[in-house]
Amino acid sequence: MKKLIKTVVETFGPSGREDKIKAVIEKEIKQYVDEIHTDSMGNLHAVKKGKGARIMVAAHMDEIGFVVTHVTKEGFLRISPVGGVNPVRCIAQRVMLENGIKGVIGAEPVKNISDLDFSRLFVDIGAADRDEAFKLAGEGLFGAFLNDLMEINGRLVAKSMDDRIGCVAAIEAAKRIKQTDNEIHYVFTVQEEVGLRGAKAAAYEVEPDLGIALDVTIAADTPEAPKLPMKLGAGVAIKIKDNSLLVPKKVKDFFIATAEKNNIKYQPEILTMGGTDGGAINLSRSGVLAGVLSVPTRYVHSVSETISYDDLESTVQLLVKILEADVKKELSL
Amino acid sequence: MIRTLEKYSNAFGVSGHEKEIMEVIKAEIKDDVDETSVDFMGNLYARKYCGLKDAPNVMLVAHMDEVGLMVTGADASGMLNFLTVGGLDTRLLVSKRVVLGNEAVKGVVGAKPIHLQSRDEWQSPIPLSSLYIDIGASSKEEALKIVDAGTYGVFDTKFVSQEDVVMGKAFDDRAGCAVVSELLHTEEDESYPVNITAVFSVQEEVGLRGASILAERVSPDYVIAFEGTTAGDVPVKEDVSPSTEMRKGPAITFMDRTTIGFRVLRDHLTKTAGKYGIPFQYKRTVTGGTDIGVIHTKGGIPSIVISVPVRYIHSPKGILAAEDLKNTVKLAKKALMDFKEVL
Repeated sequence: MKKLIKTVVETFGPSGREDKIKAVIEKEIKQYVDEIHTDSMGNLHAVKKGKGARIMVAAHMDEIGFVVTHVTKEGFLRISPVGGVNPVRCIAQRVMLENGIKGVIGAEPVKNISDLDFSRLFVDIGAADRDEAFKLAGEGLFGAFLNDLMEINGRLVAKSMDDRIGCVAAIEAAKRIKQTDNEIHYVFTVQEEVGLRGAKAAAYEVEPDLGIALDVTIAADTPEAPKLPMKLGAGVAIKIKDNSLLVPKKVKDFFIATAEKNNIKYQPEILTMGGTDGGAINLSRSGVLAGVLSVPTRYVHSVSETISYDDLESTVQLLVKILEADVKKELSL
Repeated sequence: MIRTLEKYSNAFGVSGHEKEIMEVIKAEIKDDVDETSVDFMGNLYARKYCGLKDAPNVMLVAHMDEVGLMVTGADASGMLNFLTVGGLDTRLLVSKRVVLGNEAVKGVVGAKPIHLQSRDEWQSPIPLSSLYIDIGASSKEEALKIVDAGTYGVFDTKFVSQEDVVMGKAFDDRAGCAVVSELLHTEEDESYPVNITAVFSVQEEVGLRGASILAERVSPDYVIAFEGTTAGDVPVKEDVSPSTEMRKGPAITFMDRTTIGFRVLRDHLTKTAGKYGIPFQYKRTVTGGTDIGVIHTKGGIPSIVISVPVRYIHSPKGILAAEDLKNTVKLAKKALMDFKEVL
């Protein structure tokens, strides 16, 4: 699974420009499903046919990034964020544009670091002036951060764990599932980071009986972290709530009972911020049951998002057991 | 087309009260389309069929509503209290003349004159809560007899042309409405290879509400929204993005707050511009939202926005260049005529 993780996290794919990561995922999952197609928003649907409950498993392929909005006289690129990007975390980071051009983010000097906003950041692509910059890049090009996967004592550090680790969990579950009657739509969604847009469109098409989003959640176990229960190494996080979704009780109870029955390490997730594709699925059409399995992650929305390999493993295990269950009966559908 | 924009700009149509502008648009386009209809929210639909088998359905959308005011009551001295409807910069309101309701009652947004202000008051803009509309009434009863609470108001701005620019109110999005109206007009010897549903939507300025029912009602295969958007090519000290610039052609949106422009349409538009030598620019800021934000996610409908650059939108008076309006129509028309390139 580590080789898969490395490939998936290191691939380029900010919101709106998910083609490259989609190609990688398609290649990895297609042997485990019956059919595969891309919808007009760019969501990748990998479908395992079945007569049981129709389950949409959503993991978003997109990562946070930026878009070029202006080229200065001196040849620097001014940028705006794509998704929730903290400007302070951009300083001196290596980046790549959709056309393959690389650069580094510079910042204007500010008296107080809290004064730093995107209008004071720029990308240096090595151009001497505006004309040279326009030969390499231009307005409207999307970009993303660069970083390699690193392992530290059983923990994995990379850019885009959010939510490539969810993509890995979905691929791995598709691979491990032995027998199920359920019809499983693994949907690798686009544009989650700009407002759950891909999942909204995909859920409309799939019309599932149950939606399961796979995503990261905040691990609040670092010094002076917000007082939340999630921590690294305590197992898969079963979501209770976030700002996009109050998980229906019977979904949460089913997930917890499945974890208990199979001795899978889990922890409750209570998030006071953020949202996931689960929220978009929940509000699709006339309402859809939805839940979320999360991988606790430190330093979310940075180039060094950190997870525990064991938590990923328990996420995959629980997902497999849920998908193998008689979901129609369990949820009285 | 300038004449059309003039009619549209001068018409009344605050979000939630679009009937007047709707009637003006309907009269303007009715001879160019096969049918028109209006839904319960007030969205105006105009359909133009091409008669070709399996032709895609393309929706063109522009919002009819404009930002404005709503009267909420009156005080003992006969002055009207009011709120803003849509994103209005309240610092722009003082001393503007406004028109209220169907009776077109005139009023002035009043505030304490400078002679009566304290030094502290000079230092900051007058807050909305201290502003009122003066219609010349002398008591609460008299004021409310003339204008009820709940009455809508707009700036009393008359459209003017000067050289190659025009000045007026509500170019966001009456400029878009004028572009769509012009696109519906085709000559005897030309016809689009697609079925067109033009929608003049309501309540965009209060949260894309009219557009939120369009995906289900129209079931389009593609959507192009037309907007009047911010031109920031006004004097600035720094080398920053102007968002769009006047006289640089139609602005294509790669991303804003509600949508990432679909590649298939963005590429088609830029290629079309190149092929026919039509100037274009990108909208180079990612702020603002449009009707397609709530349309494209309904199952995933390829959508994009083309805008006419307008200086001073959401204010009593905007300015746009006639050539930008014409080039927007030209680009959209060629792109629709060559739509098979997209399929």
